[in-house]
Amino acid sequence: MDALQIAAVILLLLFIIKPLGSYIYHVFSNEPNKTDKFFAPIEKCIYAICGMKNRAPMTWKKYTISLLLTNIVFVAAGYVILRLQQFLPLNPNGIKNMEPTLSFNTIASFMTNTNLQHYSGETGLSYFSQMTVIMMMMFASAATGIVVAIAFIRGITTKGNTIGNFFEDFIKGHTRLLMPMSIILTLVLVGLKVPQTLDPSITLTTLEGAKQVIAIGPVAALEAIKHLGTNGGGFFGANSAHPFENPTPLTNVIEILSMWCIPASLTYTYGRFAKKQKQGWIVFGAMSILFVAFLALIYFAESNGNPALTAMGLDPSQGSMEGKEVRFGIAQSALFSTVTTAATTGTVNNMHDTLTPLGQITPLSLMMLNTVFGGDGVGLVNMLMYAIIGVFICGLMVGRTPEFLGRKIEPKEMKLIAVALLAHPLLILGPTALAFLTELGKGAISNPGFHGISQVLYEFTSSAANNGSGFEGLGDNTLFWNISTGLVMLLGRYVSIISLLAVAGSLVRKQPIPETIGTFRTDHLLFVGILVGVVLIVGALTFLPVMALGPIAEYLSIR
Amino acid sequence: MNQSKQNKESGLIKQAIVSSLIKLNPLVMMKNPVMFVVEIGTILVLLMMIMPTAFHAEGRFGYNLAVFLILFFTIVFANFAEALAEGRGKAQADSLKKTKKDTTAKKIGKNGTITTVSSDELRKGDIVLVETGDLVPGDGEIIEGLASIDESAITGESAPVIKEAGGDFSSVTGGTKVVSDSIKVRITADPGESFLDKMITLVEGAKRQKTPNEIALNILLVTLTIIFLLVVVTLLPIANYVGVHLELSTLIALLVCLIPTTIGALLSAIGIAGMDRVTRFNVLAMSGKAVEAAGDINTIILDKTGTITFGNRLAAEFVPVTGATQKELTDIAVVTSLFDETPEGRSVLELAKARGFSWDASSYESAEIIPFTAEERMSGLIQEGNHYRKGAVDSIKKFVQQMGGKVPEDLQAKSNEIASQGGTPLAVSYNSNILGLIYLKDTVKPGMRERFDELRKMGIKTIMCTGDNPLTAATIAKEAGVDEFIAEAKPEDKIRAIRKEQEKGKLVAMTGDGTNDAPALAQADVGLAMNSGTIAAKEAANMVDLDSDPTKIIEVVSIGKQLLMTRGSLTTFSIANDIAKYFAIIPAMFTVALPKMEVLNVMGLHSPTTAILSALIFNAIIIPLLIPLAMKGVKYVPMSATKLLSKNILIYGLGGVVVPFIGIKLIDIIVSVFVQ
Repeated sequence: MDALQIAAVILLLLFIIKPLGSYIYHVFSNEPNKTDKFFAPIEKCIYAICGMKNRAPMTWKKYTISLLLTNIVFVAAGYVILRLQQFLPLNPNGIKNMEPTLSFNTIASFMTNTNLQHYSGETGLSYFSQMTVIMMMMFASAATGIVVAIAFIRGITTKGNTIGNFFEDFIKGHTRLLMPMSIILTLVLVGLKVPQTLDPSITLTTLEGAKQVIAIGPVAALEAIKHLGTNGGGFFGANSAHPFENPTPLTNVIEILSMWCIPASLTYTYGRFAKKQKQGWIVFGAMSILFVAFLALIYFAESNGNPALTAMGLDPSQGSMEGKEVRFGIAQSALFSTVTTAATTGTVNNMHDTLTPLGQITPLSLMMLNTVFGGDGVGLVNMLMYAIIGVFICGLMVGRTPEFLGRKIEPKEMKLIAVALLAHPLLILGPTALAFLTELGKGAISNPGFHGISQVLYEFTSSAANNGSGFEGLGDNTLFWNISTGLVMLLGRYVSIISLLAVAGSLVRKQPIPETIGTFRTDHLLFVGILVGVVLIVGALTFLPVMALGPIAEYLSIR
Repeated sequence: MNQSKQNKESGLIKQAIVSSLIKLNPLVMMKNPVMFVVEIGTILVLLMMIMPTAFHAEGRFGYNLAVFLILFFTIVFANFAEALAEGRGKAQADSLKKTKKDTTAKKIGKNGTITTVSSDELRKGDIVLVETGDLVPGDGEIIEGLASIDESAITGESAPVIKEAGGDFSSVTGGTKVVSDSIKVRITADPGESFLDKMITLVEGAKRQKTPNEIALNILLVTLTIIFLLVVVTLLPIANYVGVHLELSTLIALLVCLIPTTIGALLSAIGIAGMDRVTRFNVLAMSGKAVEAAGDINTIILDKTGTITFGNRLAAEFVPVTGATQKELTDIAVVTSLFDETPEGRSVLELAKARGFSWDASSYESAEIIPFTAEERMSGLIQEGNHYRKGAVDSIKKFVQQMGGKVPEDLQAKSNEIASQGGTPLAVSYNSNILGLIYLKDTVKPGMRERFDELRKMGIKTIMCTGDNPLTAATIAKEAGVDEFIAEAKPEDKIRAIRKEQEKGKLVAMTGDGTNDAPALAQADVGLAMNSGTIAAKEAANMVDLDSDPTKIIEVVSIGKQLLMTRGSLTTFSIANDIAKYFAIIPAMFTVALPKMEVLNVMGLHSPTTAILSALIFNAIIIPLLIPLAMKGVKYVPMSATKLLSKNILIYGLGGVVVPFIGIKLIDIIVSVFVQ
């Protein structure tokens, strides 16, 4: 039954990939198509208002600077709103202004598509902030990620000096992709009893006579973009475990698919741009193998229950249900956790802190690899970076200097890739070690010992991978954690975006070399193996020691 | 002979050992960042032995000593690999230097006076006289005269070659010897810049520049090194938190095992050895980049004459005309060729012999021989009043008509047919009768077809360039199995062909020797000039073949591919090795504090100490074990890239995962005898 549930969701995804991937291709290929009739007039208005008559293609530098400046404007506006929300409209619950370091953390978190939440939505944000800051950034950050992927794909599949016009891509990402999908999804969720209202919280008197406040708000709209945009920041503190965010197994499946569909479909879009669909399927295949392996690990670990409790004579047949919602059960929780960390969404429908030690390995590893589907856009770009590394190492073995899609990989590209490759482990391991050197960091741990290592490691891994899910259990709304994770999120996002767009800018200028029988094929099944191997070896070698001290040691200690 | 070779080898090894110790100088080591990190680690462990209290390493002298020694040998092995590769080049350079003795030159002044000066004083533009027995004092061009020159010092080929003023065979190289006649030479290189000087620097590897691919790979290796450094450094505080106190020397051991020391140690040796293979093949590559580019070639442009065909037209067929039989024709053709020493004539006899004919030349000894002349355009002999002739069809026709004979009706048609197939028809006559035609054909060198097939398997396209008409060109192209041809080609056509390919993103190789080949040689990504060619051609090219054999370009491509494959295979092997080393060291590091970690000890290693030492020892000895492979290069058999990749992934990828598991276990069994 469990296997069937999981298989059904994966099957549904497979049906979505081709149509959605083709649709995304048509949105960004900038060739006339049927949907223009509907969308072009809306975009024309926006272009007119923004003074974007020409929309000339940009070099990678101009593209990247436009992207960064746009994000900076969002950050500034968002910060001001959070700091002044008390005085702004739509605050029926009278929520106070947010404290500076928490505001910084929150803004960094949402702009970087991380959605790490050191606040609790019900008490920390006004409806106005939820809608203008949180939801706006959920759209903007997802669109940013998607256009990065598109620009990168253009870089490796076309020849010239330019990788597209950022503003045009960014607007189209909203008008043609995220907005329409969100509207549909919101309506579906409303139909499935997810609240969507501007009324204040409901106050009731319980049977015992106690007063209970039930928080509500514009939940469905946020829920839609939270998943589609691989954002993950919940309206409520309990995120998608909360019955108003994710009331039934059906909404659970819809949420899983909605956060998974864009990252997965982008592999198809890539194949379309590369004019060789197999290229896309190879990347999808490598991602899927890793996905299934980690899904199997968490599923079996959770199903087997907690060995320490079993040893005490408890029946493990239910699996480890601690921290899980009964309405989802093991299969739907395990799948949700795997997808949310693979696609680096960070929404949770169960408490990751109470996963069994072996089960914890799955979310941690997926965020450490950061390439198994990954967040909207950036996941694909990261995987393509590993593809380039794979080509670089193994390509030599066919007796040619390495080339990816016919473009030679030379010192310049390797330098830029080195930056992106280094940034991720540096941002995870560096701050983690730092946290253990100070009382400020260590003090936040609620569960000392090996599990404490997992808690701290999870927090920084989630930040660096722009995932945003929390292990929770960490007292993290302090100056140290707000600032440190804020910085990690920003660096984790932009260092790799800048360096990989630079790679695209360098590759786009190269004359592609035509494929012959002597060419290293990246559209061959063998390359799936190489890709999986490179991702696993680089990832495993980097993180195995700390994993051994965290979840693995914890598992061995309760076995 | 074998003895002296062995002596030479052991001399090389001795030298390499010495220089591998000299290379321990940190300033030198810094050029190889991966091994530099190992050296820093080694120094740290040494300090721990000297000042144990400063590092809280009391009572661990034995362990630290073992770690120190293994690390030390790891570095020495790495240096040894490089030194050995360099040593081979040096040995070659030394023998070249012997050629470069100071010689005297007879300089001709402006007024014609001859002064004797040292060859060092010669400058570009000076004119010198070189007579029989003299060494050519410097690189130059013959401006007057003709001489046979012994170039064995450069090429190893002992047969002298003829060089003369004007044309494509006018260049002479310093250090070669004039064996007959005398020439006036205009010097074209200042001292220190001559061909010989360049050659010495090249084989010495003194000015060896890293190729772009080597640089890129180095960046990746350095990145991995930094990542692992980060892993090890951050591990310390994290482990402390759960009460696992790690020894510094163990952390250094972990680091050294993880960073790609194997490929880091062998990388430059692979590059040097690759160049060396090219040199030993008697091809001089001006840079390592050129050798790598050879591996990347997509298209090779080859001259037909001299490269694909012998260039001589040889008899391929006897075609009788009406009224004659094959046998009659062949018999007469043989007689006309008995005393014909031209290649064509000889080929007629060879063809006849191959067809089972035999003859007695002695019965024609008294015959009057008619040699070939440009006016008559026929040759043969007169025996007892009988005229035996072969020659150009028109000439023979006229000759027969003069003798009162008739021209067979089908002669013209048959000769046209031969011409249309790219052959040259020679008519054969006996007195006033025309018996038929000899079909002369430009012959493709044996084995060319197979070589082109191999190239096709590598994904390389071949284009043949020829001055012949399109029909002839097509025939030869089909016979040799080239992919494309350019007929009636002028020198500009070659450049155009190269540019056309390059615009499609392809890398092009070509060979050439004439001055008018120079622009095309420069345009090509790999230009192989013949040593017999002009200076202009040699300077434009990035490789020079000392044996002047244009077909060598094909082998050069293989060597380039082999170089890249060796680098890739050893990189893959090196990185794949890490998995087993992890399974040895990680449990060993943590088991002391966390006994339950023992389950991760999948290899069942004896104790934490032996596990760490075994992994380190494996890491060290794999370097010398792989030196022969790095020097020789991995075996390259032309096949499709996908097949090649599957094969190499299996050997070096999968092998790289499995071999260290076995190796470390075996070493552990031995080590556990001595260490607890």
